[in-house]
Amino acid sequence: MSVIRLERRAAPSRFWSVATPILAVALTMIAGGVMFALLGKDPVAAIRTIFWDPLFNTQFAAYSRPQLLVKAGPLILIAIGLSLGFRAGVWNIGAEGQYIIGAICGAAVGLAFYPADLWIVFPLMVIAGALGGWAWAMIPGLLRTRFNTNEILVSLLLVYVAEQILASMALGLLRNPEGGGFPGSRNLQQYAAASNPELIAGTGMHWGVVAAFIAVIFAYVLLTRHITGFHIRLAGQSPRAARFAGVNPARLVLLCLGVSGALAGMAGLFEVTGPAGQISIDFNVGYGFTAIIVAFLGRLHPVGILLAGLLMALTYIGGELAQFMLGLPAAAIQAFQGMLLFFLLAVDVMTNYRIRFGRGAAT
Amino acid sequence: MNRRTLLGATAATAILAATGAFAAAHGPLKVGFIYVGPVGDGGWTYEHDQARQKLLAHFGDKIETVYQESVPEGADAERVMTQMALSGVKLIFTTSFGYMDPTINVAAKFPDVKFEHATGYKTADNVAVYSARFYEGRAIQGHIAGRMTKTNKIGYIASFPIPEVIRGINSAFIHAKKANPDVQFNVIWAYTWFDPAKEADAAKALIEQGADVILQHTDSTAPQAAAQAAGNVITFGQASDMGEYAPSPRVSSIIDNWAPYYIARTQAVIDGTWQSANTWDGIGAGMVGIGEITDAVHEDVKAEALALKDSIASGAYHPFTGPLNKQDGSAWLAEGEVADDGTLAGMDFYVEGVTGTIPN
Repeated sequence: MSVIRLERRAAPSRFWSVATPILAVALTMIAGGVMFALLGKDPVAAIRTIFWDPLFNTQFAAYSRPQLLVKAGPLILIAIGLSLGFRAGVWNIGAEGQYIIGAICGAAVGLAFYPADLWIVFPLMVIAGALGGWAWAMIPGLLRTRFNTNEILVSLLLVYVAEQILASMALGLLRNPEGGGFPGSRNLQQYAAASNPELIAGTGMHWGVVAAFIAVIFAYVLLTRHITGFHIRLAGQSPRAARFAGVNPARLVLLCLGVSGALAGMAGLFEVTGPAGQISIDFNVGYGFTAIIVAFLGRLHPVGILLAGLLMALTYIGGELAQFMLGLPAAAIQAFQGMLLFFLLAVDVMTNYRIRFGRGAAT
Repeated sequence: MNRRTLLGATAATAILAATGAFAAAHGPLKVGFIYVGPVGDGGWTYEHDQARQKLLAHFGDKIETVYQESVPEGADAERVMTQMALSGVKLIFTTSFGYMDPTINVAAKFPDVKFEHATGYKTADNVAVYSARFYEGRAIQGHIAGRMTKTNKIGYIASFPIPEVIRGINSAFIHAKKANPDVQFNVIWAYTWFDPAKEADAAKALIEQGADVILQHTDSTAPQAAAQAAGNVITFGQASDMGEYAPSPRVSSIIDNWAPYYIARTQAVIDGTWQSANTWDGIGAGMVGIGEITDAVHEDVKAEALALKDSIASGAYHPFTGPLNKQDGSAWLAEGEVADDGTLAGMDFYVEGVTGTIPN
């Protein structure tokens, strides 16, 4: 005799599919506030530092606001690619690896041209970055379509392979010959033909951010106006119906993995030529994994992902401020970000189920 | 000390107030730290944070410190430094090699903020670099290792093939060989600074291959635990004392001691005498500490090790003194010749007798 019952909805609630992310953010603030209070910090100040100061603090905001774009750019670009696959039931968990390989391939092309000052260098690097990410994603893609392996495991494990390749590149092939034996490639920020600087000073807009915005528009058009988008949605909702509609599942798997890999590779390329500047052992900082959270936080919808990417960037930048201004430990900020995903998944139940209070007839 | 501090601070304040260089001179000096790992890593970052706490204890309410842990190297580091500088921090210690380019970039934007970058080589008017001559400690480790080993096999867990690590291997090898001509080094590259699982695997592999001394250039205590489990294997603490494994397997340690440097540099900013510099201090200046040599080491060996420590500290002896050849047999240092800092800083070769190659 339960007092609260879940009743499956006939169709997912449109209201709750929009409201749950907002509710999740609100719940995260409350639970996070309690955690900060338990750590002996003023919860209101902590929440304000995380969500308000990066946007409106007079001391930092002029700098932090553009940084939101810098941080959100790769998250959005990767998450858009992942969301296509997630909608179709193709689970690419290894975007981090594709991001790394894209950065390596792109940077290698740029460094091969060093120090030639040709306009063609950067476009070639972008293509190489996209191809690198695409090729790395094709490994789980082909293994799945040929041998029916699980793309979740293969793509994830390839992240660790990519990290080893990254370390080897930073120490070997791509090492800066003028770097005094230290690991790391030449700094691409200092090689004009291969660099990805701010397009307008002080705005944070670099080519990666532009690409992210284009990807959002492209994905929106694809999903709402194009037959491929229809196939993707259909395959996710009803694989059987998709087969009857003439969708080739193998082609769809390769397409989804390929697009997400290429976008992740481009994100890596824009990062290594712009904000990061060089191939180093610790070049990757987890964008590929965080983008999974961003994709779900944005409800796998392009506009949602755009907003979710910006929100995630805000928690990073605000979290950094809270760390050194209020002395919050880094682990508390990570827990705070984790809560966001937790609450999102927890309240997600509202979209598909109705909550009934009181004694029900059943049980 | 106190009087000088007071006079210096007063003079600095007067000058700054007169020129109106920065208004914050009246408040406590804000000192920031950027850490690559968590403050509880028990090794590299832990010791930097210990030094920060000593700094705070030394200056009391004359300074404030802020820090940020686990900052990724690259774009994120640049943002954290910029935000620190914007928040009024006037002296920033960036405590990992990978912060080099970000430090230089941010320093260019904030000419009135002083930056101190650990273990790098790029300086600017407001960027100083500092590092410790850990190879001096390695010499003492090498001596003890050479005298203590019964199997004549010494295992070495290396992190990354960079000059800092190669220097350590060479220094330890030279002194182990001097103490015991039959000694052999077996180096495993872990490609990590801190990964207890990998470090434990490396230690076990080395022990299985017959090593009864394990030297490590990684920060966790996992190799100590592996040695303890194996028995009859000795180890040395790395970065921090790792005294919980004393008296055995841990028989001594190399301890990073940044506090004296941090106090001196902060004092210089307060006094207005701070200048860019390239500091590379060792045992003599107290930047490299040698943890207590336990009774597991025979008295004679301990006495020899302490004598070696004293001669290095006084400057009477340099761990890289000729005659020394490179691994390929070519001459490097002639009899009595001492290695110059430039060669040491960029060291990319093994000395003669070390087997194996440096991965590339």
